[in-house]
Amino acid sequence: MPSAGKTPDAGVEGTQAAAGAPEETGTLAVEATGIHKWFGTAHVLDDVSLKVASGEVVVLIGPSGSGKTTLLRCLNHLERIDRGRLLINGHLIGYRENARGELREDNEAEIARQRREIGFVFQHFNLFPHLTAEQNIALAPVRVRKVPRAQALDEARRLLARVGLDDKRGSYPSQLSGGQRQRVAIARALAMRPRLMLFDEPTSALDPEMVGEVLAVMRELASDGMTMVVASHEMGFARGVADRVVMMDAGQIIEAGPPAQVLDSPAHERTQAFLSKVLH
Amino acid sequence: MTFDWSFFAHLLFHPPGSFVQGAIRTIYLAVIAQALGVALGLLLALWRRSRLLPLRVLAGGYIWLVRGTPLLVQAVIIYDGSSALGLYSFGTLSVGPVSVPGVVQAGIVTLALNEGAYMAEIMRAAINSVDKGQAEAAESLGMRRRQAMRHVVLPQAMRVVIPPLGNEFNNMLKVTSLLSVIGLQELFLAAQDYNSATFRTFEIFLVTAIYYIVMTTAWSLVQAAIERRLQARGGDLVATVPLRQRLFSGGTSGAGPAIGAEQLRGAR
Repeated sequence: MPSAGKTPDAGVEGTQAAAGAPEETGTLAVEATGIHKWFGTAHVLDDVSLKVASGEVVVLIGPSGSGKTTLLRCLNHLERIDRGRLLINGHLIGYRENARGELREDNEAEIARQRREIGFVFQHFNLFPHLTAEQNIALAPVRVRKVPRAQALDEARRLLARVGLDDKRGSYPSQLSGGQRQRVAIARALAMRPRLMLFDEPTSALDPEMVGEVLAVMRELASDGMTMVVASHEMGFARGVADRVVMMDAGQIIEAGPPAQVLDSPAHERTQAFLSKVLH
Repeated sequence: MTFDWSFFAHLLFHPPGSFVQGAIRTIYLAVIAQALGVALGLLLALWRRSRLLPLRVLAGGYIWLVRGTPLLVQAVIIYDGSSALGLYSFGTLSVGPVSVPGVVQAGIVTLALNEGAYMAEIMRAAINSVDKGQAEAAESLGMRRRQAMRHVVLPQAMRVVIPPLGNEFNNMLKVTSLLSVIGLQELFLAAQDYNSATFRTFEIFLVTAIYYIVMTTAWSLVQAAIERRLQARGGDLVATVPLRQRLFSGGTSGAGPAIGAEQLRGAR
């Protein structure tokens, strides 16, 4: 059952959110319990707990520096966690538990294997500039999933069509607009057929007129039933697509619930303050 | 003695066989040593980034030693020193119809070992110049660190390496002359021998200088053609940012000078 937060009120919100969550949950896509993370002396994640059911779309909101990006990066082990327990698709990620119940960092091969199931979309796209759009998409399937090259390129073209870029398969990233690059980046992540997609402020680096095309792709992905965790300042997207909105501040989840509730009648005053800034 | 024009012109356009052979030897010494040096440099650069401390120490120590001692001294140690100590003597090596004199082998080994240390630093800077997000993107797709390095980071780093590599090879062509000290008959030693027979020192070494400049100029044309081709193939990585900035911007540490491709693009 999805629930979030450690403060009592957030817990209540989480319980209510469960009503709106999909029924056929099975294993949870994300089950984070008491996650702590320090950068030096900065406590960037402070006892974060978050459950995401399979098929659910969760949007993380909060001021910059609140820990949204770090939390997402922990979810596919781009960052280590310092304390807590993190299960992705029912398995510990990045760590292995020994007989005494202690966590040890997993070996690199195992971490890489787990990451295949988790797509990650970066704020700055991080497309491979030396490869064309279709090569960007086909690289990991060929090298990691060992799909034959021709087949991987076929699939890359299908994915490009899905994000509305079938005419750009031979283009290099430098020849694409920001919105087009981000759509290629989404297609690249989808090519590994992930069960969970993480988006780290996917539209923050875009010119305003390009935000819509990226959000449209994400909307369609959500309606196809993809499990998604999205850090975003796009309140329209959160309202329309999210099953749950999670508000973070100072490394903590301070409030979570259905979008109508968190966005329209936030319980926490820091949420109110944040929303009044981004909505106006 | 006045400048002997006819001697000069004759030497320039009708050089003795020893000159021609010396020049050819200079070229193939440089080509082989540079190729080996690039391979060694790549290996050392990767070792310096390894997670295994012994490899890092080994590579760092090697680079420190080689860059801290003169090539001339290295050549003498490798050829004469190792033989005098009974460690190893370079003898003639015959492979089919080709026989390679020991001194040529020692020359190639010296230049390659020396060049490897310098190439390692160039490779390291080039690898660091690739935005950290590139490796992260590759790893987020399930690639191993090694795969990310091979398929994503190195191809981008190599484009950055081309201009300084050209510089290194230009230098290599000239530095072969130092091997005359171990008696390797390349262009410079051929000139010296010819000089001791004729004593037309100025004319002889002027012609020698002209030979070197013809070789380095020819190379710079080849290099320009290579860079043009790289640019034509969709990669505008090399073209837009000056070499110095590309390699050394973002400070001195290895902490990833921030000139990822995306940022290059953004800057335009």
